[in-house]
Amino acid sequence: MSSNHDMSEEKLPAAHAPAGTLDPFADPGLPEHEPRRTDIDEKAAKRAERQVSLLFVISMLATVGFIASYVTIDKYRIVDLFFFGKIGALNLALGVTLGIALFCIGAGAVHWARTLMTDEEIVQERHELKSSPEDREAGIREFQQGAADSGIGRRPLIRRTMIGAMALVPLSGVVLLRDLGPLPGNKLRHTFWGRKGPEGRTVIINENTGKPLKPDHIIKGSLTMAKPEGLNQETEDHQPNEHYLAEMGKAVILLVRLEPDEIKSKKQLEWSYQGIVAYSKICTHVGCPIGLYEQQTHHLLCPCHQSTFDLADDGAVVFGPAARSLPQLKITVNESTGFLEAVGDFAEPVGPSFWERG
Amino acid sequence: MSNAHSNKATGPIPDNAATKTADYFDERLGIYGAAKKNLRKVFPDHWSFMLGEVALYSFIIILLTGVWLTLFFKPSMTEVVYDGSYVPLQGIHMSEAYASTLDISFDIRGGLAIRQIHHWAALIFVSSLFVHMFRIFFTGAFRKPREMNWLFGFLLLVLAMVNGFTGYSLPDDLLSGTGLRIAEGVVLAIPLVGTYLQFFLFGGEFPGTDIVPRLFTIHVLLVPAIMVGLLTVHLILVFYHKHTQFPGAGRTEKNVVGLPLLPVYTAKAGGFFFIVFGITAALGGLVQINPIWSYGPYHPGQITAGSQPDWYIGFLEGSLRIMPNWETNLWGHTISWNVLIPSLVVPGVMFTFIAAYPWLEAWVTGDKREHHLLDRPRNVPVRTGLGAAWIAMYLVLWIGGGNDIIATHFHLSINSITWTMRVLFFVAPVLAFVVARRIAMALQRRDKDKVLHGRETGIIKKLPHGEFIEVHEPLDAERLHFLTSHEQPTPAALPPAVDENGVARKLKPGEKLRVRLSRWYFDEKVEKPTAEEYKEITSGHGHH
Repeated sequence: MSSNHDMSEEKLPAAHAPAGTLDPFADPGLPEHEPRRTDIDEKAAKRAERQVSLLFVISMLATVGFIASYVTIDKYRIVDLFFFGKIGALNLALGVTLGIALFCIGAGAVHWARTLMTDEEIVQERHELKSSPEDREAGIREFQQGAADSGIGRRPLIRRTMIGAMALVPLSGVVLLRDLGPLPGNKLRHTFWGRKGPEGRTVIINENTGKPLKPDHIIKGSLTMAKPEGLNQETEDHQPNEHYLAEMGKAVILLVRLEPDEIKSKKQLEWSYQGIVAYSKICTHVGCPIGLYEQQTHHLLCPCHQSTFDLADDGAVVFGPAARSLPQLKITVNESTGFLEAVGDFAEPVGPSFWERG
Repeated sequence: MSNAHSNKATGPIPDNAATKTADYFDERLGIYGAAKKNLRKVFPDHWSFMLGEVALYSFIIILLTGVWLTLFFKPSMTEVVYDGSYVPLQGIHMSEAYASTLDISFDIRGGLAIRQIHHWAALIFVSSLFVHMFRIFFTGAFRKPREMNWLFGFLLLVLAMVNGFTGYSLPDDLLSGTGLRIAEGVVLAIPLVGTYLQFFLFGGEFPGTDIVPRLFTIHVLLVPAIMVGLLTVHLILVFYHKHTQFPGAGRTEKNVVGLPLLPVYTAKAGGFFFIVFGITAALGGLVQINPIWSYGPYHPGQITAGSQPDWYIGFLEGSLRIMPNWETNLWGHTISWNVLIPSLVVPGVMFTFIAAYPWLEAWVTGDKREHHLLDRPRNVPVRTGLGAAWIAMYLVLWIGGGNDIIATHFHLSINSITWTMRVLFFVAPVLAFVVARRIAMALQRRDKDKVLHGRETGIIKKLPHGEFIEVHEPLDAERLHFLTSHEQPTPAALPPAVDENGVARKLKPGEKLRVRLSRWYFDEKVEKPTAEEYKEITSGHGHH
């Protein structure tokens, strides 16, 4: 193809300038097409053809292998594969055969395109997207005529009421969303512990054993996860309790034994029992359960965002993005049973902050 | 159409069944017009143009495997007792969603493979969207007339991340529930309406029993439908605008040089779909991803140390982690800056910047022309620097999201890692900008050097008088054109303070800022070699 054709307009003057002042950087135009081996050597072309077909044949075999694996391999069989370790045999066979079947189709098609289909570049023209002045005018005129015919400009009453109706109608859709959930009310302020009133006692149940806890069950240096008595996965009539997780999300606590003289805060001491303190397990940042305890420092670390709380100092934040101390739950011991009990509810909302929290 | 193409098909049109079938459809759909216009449409070639293809193909893989998964997944939080074949969880209370995901993983043949292909394809999808977007950014392909398509692509990226999050929240395992719990905390932090939004979203207190079925509808219907719509428009526009091309001999703003859709790109792109699908399928068979059975069912009181989200949510996680613990209580209301800023403000600003960049740059440069030739990133150093700065900021947040993993693997203090990230959040983007801009300028200088002095051949020649020189080979005309064809805009300048009548000129609002930014973009540059310089050096003096 002629080089003139491919010359950009900006560079054209240089090409017409007298010899000797030619722009050395002018666009020389599209280079001549260089044939590939397969374009000129029929043997090479034949070889490429065989390679492409081989890839397609491998794909077919892999599909047969896929179906055979699906039918024959037991779905619970485990194989020990070098590097990958113990792995489900069926999953492995299905994934690999499907992968090969698909990959070889792709590799075949691409190899075909690269070796046997043309690689001679084609030039096509671009046209500016902007409409011609005639089209522009005609378009605007058509619109003007349509607007004039509707009379929307001359009849403001129709225009304004239509805008009003269109603006109001989506409200129905918004209102319909109201029953997505109940209003928050003060649900975020109370937990299952407070169900018996401010001084009501609730037995503390070990979350792992499901049994009440005595003070000597709480060993120094370990965390005990606990919940209020009466909060179970099943209701009393053995139906699934659909509020269980939501209640647990607020009520779950941690019990830790400290030396009473390690406790820095007077309030904390008063709410504890012989050095045993109970804190909400729900992080005050965004609500992850806090699980990592460092017994030397009495620090409790949230695994989600690493907020760190000092259990010997009122659950105060010592590091990380949480802004508020962990809420403490006041506990005592029932004189007659010897079980640990909570006195009333947390004094403040547990978990993440919210606008109305205050 | 392909007026410059030489080997055109000739001879009589065959009168066979294929032609007749095509005629049948043409008389009803008018297909020949579309075929004439599009079958031999030219697409330019460059390796980086395949990144968008990877995104497209992984999206198709996600749709295919996703439909299969819906045949078996039960989006319900009704409590059941697990009795499937995975022994460690037998007899445990869990939601139907989690139990059905276990069934897909253990008891339905091919289920685990399809689940893992779906998950891998999602990870690849978001990765390829990011890389594709940066290719568009660094080469300036977003400039007029493609700004709208940039925006559609941007929306696809945001929706892809949203849908990834809703997707891995569905199985209701311990990890996905932890992610939802964090999302709940983020929603609660929204001033004024946050508490209400949370109750409406979850149908009451967290976690409730509504969230999984609701997320399911969002994940399989709402978001994918919008994405398919956006994707269709995105691709139609790529066709309509005709693909951009890199500068080079024979390539101009007025043409498009490349290979035809039929057969070359049909084979290459179609084949590439199978390659991507094949690799993803092999990953699904070989490499475990999201082993939900090892996490156990969700319980708000339980967690595993080292909980990590899917990679594309990691930057949000890091943002939450490195934020200082600021909270304000005013007149009985709480504003959680410690959650609001990292999870909504920072990503909001970062992603709005991306969405708005084509208009920002067009405003600064005042350039209203169409651009179909791509920029080489080195030739627009400030834009390249800005892109690098954005990536640096994103990476700092992303690494911050793994601060616990880094701390345990490298035995470092988590506190110092967090503090380092807090500092780097502000410092790293500036450093990245300066370094990337400098590198771009240096590469321009090297280009200039090559144009004027030719390519270093590595051949040492001894001259008769004993001097050693390295032979430089002059570049060919194509290379010379390629290295010198870029534009070097002059920065905008303020008009004289008074007009020709001596009256004080009124400036448009923001004009001063625009001029200052324009200077920042274009003031410092590596002047392109001129024809005179080139001739001066190539004539007479020889190579040195």
